[in-house]
Amino acid sequence: MSTIIIFLSSGLFLGWSLGANDAANVWGTAVGTRMVSFKKAALVASIFILLGAVISGSGASHTLGKLGAINELAGAFTVALAAALSVFWMTKAALPVSTSQAIVGAIIGWNLFSGSVIDMKALTKILGTWIFSPILSAVVAIILYFIISSILKHWKIHLIRLDGMTRVALLAAGAFGSYSLGANNIANVMGVFVHSASGMFTDISFGGLFTLNGVQQLFFIGGIAIAVGVFTYSKRVMMTVGSGIYELTPITAFIVVLSSSIVLFLFASKGLQNLLISHNLPSFPLVPVSSSQSIVGAVIGIGIAKGGKNLNLKVLGRISAGWVATPVIAAAVAFITLFIVQNVFSQVVY
Amino acid sequence: MLFNRAKSIESSIDKYLENILTAGLIFESGIKEYFENKFEKFEERTKEIQKLESESDEIRREIKYKLYKELLIPDARGDVLGLLETLDNVIDTAEMVMIRFSIEKPTIWPELKDDFLELTSASVKSVFELVSASRAFFREITKVADSLIQVHFWEHEADKIEERIMRKAFEGTFIAELSQKVHMRYFAERISMLADEAEDVADRLDIYTIKRSI
Repeated sequence: MSTIIIFLSSGLFLGWSLGANDAANVWGTAVGTRMVSFKKAALVASIFILLGAVISGSGASHTLGKLGAINELAGAFTVALAAALSVFWMTKAALPVSTSQAIVGAIIGWNLFSGSVIDMKALTKILGTWIFSPILSAVVAIILYFIISSILKHWKIHLIRLDGMTRVALLAAGAFGSYSLGANNIANVMGVFVHSASGMFTDISFGGLFTLNGVQQLFFIGGIAIAVGVFTYSKRVMMTVGSGIYELTPITAFIVVLSSSIVLFLFASKGLQNLLISHNLPSFPLVPVSSSQSIVGAVIGIGIAKGGKNLNLKVLGRISAGWVATPVIAAAVAFITLFIVQNVFSQVVY
Repeated sequence: MLFNRAKSIESSIDKYLENILTAGLIFESGIKEYFENKFEKFEERTKEIQKLESESDEIRREIKYKLYKELLIPDARGDVLGLLETLDNVIDTAEMVMIRFSIEKPTIWPELKDDFLELTSASVKSVFELVSASRAFFREITKVADSLIQVHFWEHEADKIEERIMRKAFEGTFIAELSQKVHMRYFAERISMLADEAEDVADRLDIYTIKRSI
């Protein structure tokens, strides 16, 4: 068991940084504007991230598994480490970075190192989703903006009452966002370990009510790491997100969080995918997407809905640059670290 | 729990705005009574407005305390308190003008009586429209602009009437003493000040409204 924990450590580190950064995407505006207290946000975030990871985490992780079925624990450790290092360095260099993009790049690095064939179908699906997710988020935000504006116009809710309602709404959207974040992004943290480590866990049954299989236990551990990230480091990021980058009113903050949560959920929920397929409707691929980019997409959507005056084309440029830069850097880092782990530490990485 | 708290502050705010409206009504009736030589009634009105002013101060303090203690509307708290504080200037001005009338007892010139009543009516209308704008700010933000246009309109009307009174007082021959001419100018300016205060609040409200539109 202790070997597993050592090897999982890189994934747990990735989970911690995801908790610190991405939880802030979901809760930043609510906490930064002091509509929701940090303690409440951190508690709700942790619970729902865990639930999302354990209940709906397998979909997006399956797609990552298709891209690269990392069969050795040391390989998985190195891939997660490479992604974590890339995220760490890029954050230090103030470059836009997403764990989703870093882990995909790192898996490609493993593919190249091990000489495995890259599943181009899975890769195109992932890349297409990255481009599509912020756009979809913007569209959802525009629709929600008009619906909510018209509701507010007709219901004539008193400012003070609206404040209370907005708090409840922000809390609910935050919980949903955290669930979706856990469901969609646990794949980044633990996805690479599924093939090599999940078999080492035995199923745990809770009084015959429900059973946690190996993958779910793995995701639970990853969820805990994310929760630790939320409690220990996300407050600072939340304050920056909430009061610095996006100038949003609490209601637009709610729209932004809800839109990006819907997008994260669409790309994570197996249940929804099955439902759409059973009704012969086009379904969404289950792919880990960047929560930051969904948020930025939604903010841009609000800008468009307000008449397009606040559009910042530089932001769009930075997002597009991230689609290319992050995976390339992560792939390079993975290739180098795999080489070191294999040759210096004599570990089997594939 | 959350909504009960909201309801109590909502009714405090409603009561506060209602008091501003009542202050306008008392002011208009009081000035009319003064010009109709009903001085006893005028003095009663002055007492009424003094009572209303201190009651409103109390309500304003209560709202301020609740907003901060219960951490409500963090984003709009400053604006709401700013609005309530500047609205307080309106009621203060109304009270101050009536007290000046009561103390200085300006002479009633028949040549100026209608102008003074017209000036009072225009100033008070700007206050009424300001109260409508403030109510809209809390409940129906899209309606604020319409009322603000009317505040500006009545303030402008008041300015015109004020100028008319001053010209009549200084250019006409019915007032002999310069001191009395100056006294008429002073009271025209004071009554018109009510509309000026209303316009100051309206300008703030304009900004607060832009900030609040989602």
